[in-house]
Amino acid sequence: MEPLEQLIARINSTFPGSEVSLMPNDAPSSQTSLLVSRKDGRRVAEFFKSDSLLRMDFLSNLTGVDWPDTVTKQKIKTKRNVDGVEKEIEETVETRKPGFLEVVYHLYSMELQHGPLIFRMRTENRVDGVHLPSLTPVWRGAELQEREVFDLYGVRFEGHPDLRRLLMWETFEDHPMRKDYVEPDDYEFEPTAHDEVLTKAKAYDSCAVALRT
Amino acid sequence: MMDEGLRRELSRQGIFTTTLEGLYNWGRKNSIWPLQFGLACCAIEMIAASMARFDLARFGAEVFRPSPRQADLMIVAGTVTKKMAPQVVRLYNQMPEPKYVIAMGACAISGGPFKQGYNVLKGIDRYIPVDVHIPGCPPRPEALLHAFMTLQKRIDQQRLTGPSSPRHLKESEPSEFPIPAFGAHDLTPGKNPALWSPPKIIRGS
Ligand code: SF4
Repeated sequence: MEPLEQLIARINSTFPGSEVSLMPNDAPSSQTSLLVSRKDGRRVAEFFKSDSLLRMDFLSNLTGVDWPDTVTKQKIKTKRNVDGVEKEIEETVETRKPGFLEVVYHLYSMELQHGPLIFRMRTENRVDGVHLPSLTPVWRGAELQEREVFDLYGVRFEGHPDLRRLLMWETFEDHPMRKDYVEPDDYEFEPTAHDEVLTKAKAYDSCAVALRT
Repeated sequence: MMDEGLRRELSRQGIFTTTLEGLYNWGRKNSIWPLQFGLACCAIEMIAASMARFDLARFGAEVFRPSPRQADLMIVAGTVTKKMAPQVVRLYNQMPEPKYVIAMGACAISGGPFKQGYNVLKGIDRYIPVDVHIPGCPPRPEALLHAFMTLQKRIDQQRLTGPSSPRHLKESEPSEFPIPAFGAHDLTPGKNPALWSPPKIIRGS
């Protein structure tokens, strides 16, 4: 397969104004991937499938990643005038980065025997902007996997023929694979309860009695 | 009750005597027909136990019934997901008395390797009364045979009257149990308080 930089250049020349960027990966596997914007998702996917040098006819895997909001604290030293005297004051500046949901696609070509080509798409945020274009019309194999990602992460795939929950029941409201999922309190504790589990265990009277003795 | 010595003497003379209770328990324990269903990998071991090598037929239990109406024993073999749990309870309710439950494998007794999973029930004994629990992941067919023999022993020890009479002969004991409903965050209720209560943590000595 051609280098990804060259592929990006080709995408840009085919679809001027498209937003595709490289996402390096410094893990040992160093599987560098492409970040494709939501609006270009569908046509770039079709390009991957039909381009004569790529012929990505097999979507082997599609999965979700939850990136919660991140807060980074930074200490900055500033000089300020306090009562006429210039003093150096340390201030903490909080920067909040909104989270998003990401879907990762692994493509292979059966015809040309190469791959994987990995690309990602990101939603706007984790609350209301959770839409991504569905790639089921491009690769039929995406249907169940998109339903699973919808079920567990809450990504809404626009254009999916049958977007229903897959593993959980229809009336279930949460998305269990999100980092902020709160599991139901079902009375099971670790054998040696501590920290959060201990607080939970103490909430039950019978347990609290046993703990005190 | 007949004197044991007299009974033995009679049987030496070719006269067989028994009690109604003995006959009833003998019949019950030697024709436990299981319900034919499996939920996950443990079911493979259950199938193995029913085939020639381990031969569940020796215990009168080889007739796996595809309908709950004809079954006596529910072998909960495998992971019970929360989505499946109401159906398992419903099947149990549809079985006629006398009926028994064997919870086979770590999953069926506690959730097993998937215990903290969002969609896995932490043990079927939260909703239906379990007679024999088998640990293991999966338990070997011998373990299932052992559970069978344990169940047979239990049946044999039951008296027709009094406190040790079987559940189905007691007027006050229910034969059906509430089917949990799909809630917004979990099954509702999460357990049947009449059958199961949260474990107590006991620390120190
Ligand atoms: S206990 Fe082990 S073998 Fe049995 S169903 Fe669970 S995971 Fe499978």
